[in-house]
Amino acid sequence: MTLFNLGAREAGQYAEPVTLADLAEQGEACSVVLESGDDVAALKPYLNRLELVVLRFPIFRDGRGFTQARELREYLRYSGEIRVEGHVLPDQADFLKRCGVESVVLPEGSDVGRWERQLKRYSVSFQRSVLPEKALDVGTRVAR
Amino acid sequence: MTTAIGQYQYDQVDRDFLAARIEEFSEQVARRLDGSLTEDEFKPLRLMNGLYLQLHAYMLRVAVPYGTLNAAQVRAFADVARRYDRGYGHFTTRQNIQFNWIRLEDTPDILRLLADVDMHALQTSGNCIRNVTSDEFAGAAADELVDPRVHAEILRQWSTLHPEFTFLPRKFKIAISGSPNDRVAARFHDIGVIARPGDDGRVVFQIFVGGGLGRTPIVGQELYDSVPEERLLATLEAIIRVYNAHGRRDNIYKARIKILVQALGIAAYREEVEAELAQMDIARYRLSPEMVASIEARFAAPDLQVPAGAADILAEQRARDWVFDRWVRSNTHAHRSEGHIIAVVSLKTPGEIPGDVTADQLDRLAGLSERFAYGELRTTHLQNVVFGHVRQDQLYDLWRGLVEVGLGAPNVGLIGDIVACPGLDYCALANARSIPIAQKLGARFADMTLQEQIGALQINISGCINACGHHHAGHIGLLGVDKRGEEFFQMTLGGRADDQAAVGKILGPALPEDDTVDAIARIVDRYLQERSGKESFLETLKRVGEAPFKEAAYDTV
Repeated sequence: MTLFNLGAREAGQYAEPVTLADLAEQGEACSVVLESGDDVAALKPYLNRLELVVLRFPIFRDGRGFTQARELREYLRYSGEIRVEGHVLPDQADFLKRCGVESVVLPEGSDVGRWERQLKRYSVSFQRSVLPEKALDVGTRVAR
Repeated sequence: MTTAIGQYQYDQVDRDFLAARIEEFSEQVARRLDGSLTEDEFKPLRLMNGLYLQLHAYMLRVAVPYGTLNAAQVRAFADVARRYDRGYGHFTTRQNIQFNWIRLEDTPDILRLLADVDMHALQTSGNCIRNVTSDEFAGAAADELVDPRVHAEILRQWSTLHPEFTFLPRKFKIAISGSPNDRVAARFHDIGVIARPGDDGRVVFQIFVGGGLGRTPIVGQELYDSVPEERLLATLEAIIRVYNAHGRRDNIYKARIKILVQALGIAAYREEVEAELAQMDIARYRLSPEMVASIEARFAAPDLQVPAGAADILAEQRARDWVFDRWVRSNTHAHRSEGHIIAVVSLKTPGEIPGDVTADQLDRLAGLSERFAYGELRTTHLQNVVFGHVRQDQLYDLWRGLVEVGLGAPNVGLIGDIVACPGLDYCALANARSIPIAQKLGARFADMTLQEQIGALQINISGCINACGHHHAGHIGLLGVDKRGEEFFQMTLGGRADDQAAVGKILGPALPEDDTVDAIARIVDRYLQERSGKESFLETLKRVGEAPFKEAAYDTV
């Protein structure tokens, strides 16, 4: 498994993540894997012990993971690591990062250079994200 | 370069962004060509950059944000049409322009050419927030309360490469108007926004959700009556977040927000949105008056000076030239400022393809806009072109310039002003060709005196149930269906897209192409017999019901 860091924080080493259903029974579990249909609000009771939330993309076109990540950061104020695995494309690197995802389990045969390049591609964005980005001017643009 | 009228003026940041976006797309094309991206992976990436694969070739759909263009941009379209297409372009029902004969390898060069005039093809397709449409008379109409283009631009920027909403269950279309006379079909959009002045002097927004045409035509429902300006972005985020999380992804025909709104009910959808808003960091989404002002400052306004007596000159010219007078009656709209007028150029010349323009016509439109309309043009969702601010004493010269290039059809809003999708001539989804029947109808009703006598009558034609020709919203709608290899057309009556939006009702069995043209001619004859006083077709239909028209339509069959 090759991990790619989207931001400054290094991806951590954790025990095998459990499913949302198993989280209640496994009182020690500090990492969980969510399917794209899972409701992140269900994680509320476990936030104090969670260190890793893995969001699984069944296919890159299924964008529910972006909302899950934002809800984790924005609604639950979750500050641990968010990781994605499954079918994701380097073209999505910046979107993932700006929704609060920090690491990616790179799909087999990935070109790391493409992921790195995608993160450096834009110097501006046109809306606020969960990241502490600075407003570029009075308008809605932010500097990257 | 002087600041363009009626559109957001790019700065270096915007231009650098566009260059980076084109670079990204060029790399994606290269990866597709060398095989490192599968077609399945490339497809959504090319779509969100406006590139479709049609029946015979790639099609590039270029965004015209809120339908506003300047002369240089229109000349760039002419350039693209000549160099990379077959000498013409096609204005769409979402105010964009598309080029139907593009080579994949050429697209990066075309995008660079367009970027030189601050144009792009971003989000004109794909399952993302599409290019935002607006009122073609924005900033000019006498009946307007708020110029919607500033907020349309804010929405354009906000939705550009939105990190959360770029892989939605399905496409997402937003329209915004600032007039009580809905000219944007707000109730047939995923989100329709109607702006008006609020009590405190700031703008407030009425918001409709869950409207749409396609296979399941539904009139949008009001979600909020008056959202304050500073909550506009927060509210839209909440609406779309609910949709992204809960919209169906198992069946593309049930994936639009309208299906989710129907499944939950509008009250429950509102509760979901409220639940999001209650958890959101509202300050982060706040659209402050300062932000709005900074965007507004990038828009130039025309200096509407007119010589004394402009209106008299126009009246004289109308009296002297009855052909011009007829065009003025059908193709102009009242301007907010005395001495000015709004002119609509019909792209529905009888016998021609609705919405098509040649490169030469594009160049002429650009030139005329510079001479007579402050260098500004607009596209309409009915596939026409508008000059927003024309001095009344110069309207005659403008009209003569249009007539010279075959753009003088006096049929705006009349039966010849047909909206049609590209149909089976271009589109892989279509069951029938939309263009030939549009041409035949145009020819059948080519007599402009007859058209004027018939009055307001909108015909919409779609070549398949995906309804790109908006047939459900046509006063008379035609849907192409395939019956054992032959093209038939199903007729609907009574659709409309305005503030009394309604879905047309199916009249009866589908007919072959020529029989459909004849049936419509009989329907129109029947209307002329039935109507009382100055009733429009829709008013007569409402009063007498569909029975007489059904009888007329199937009379000889």
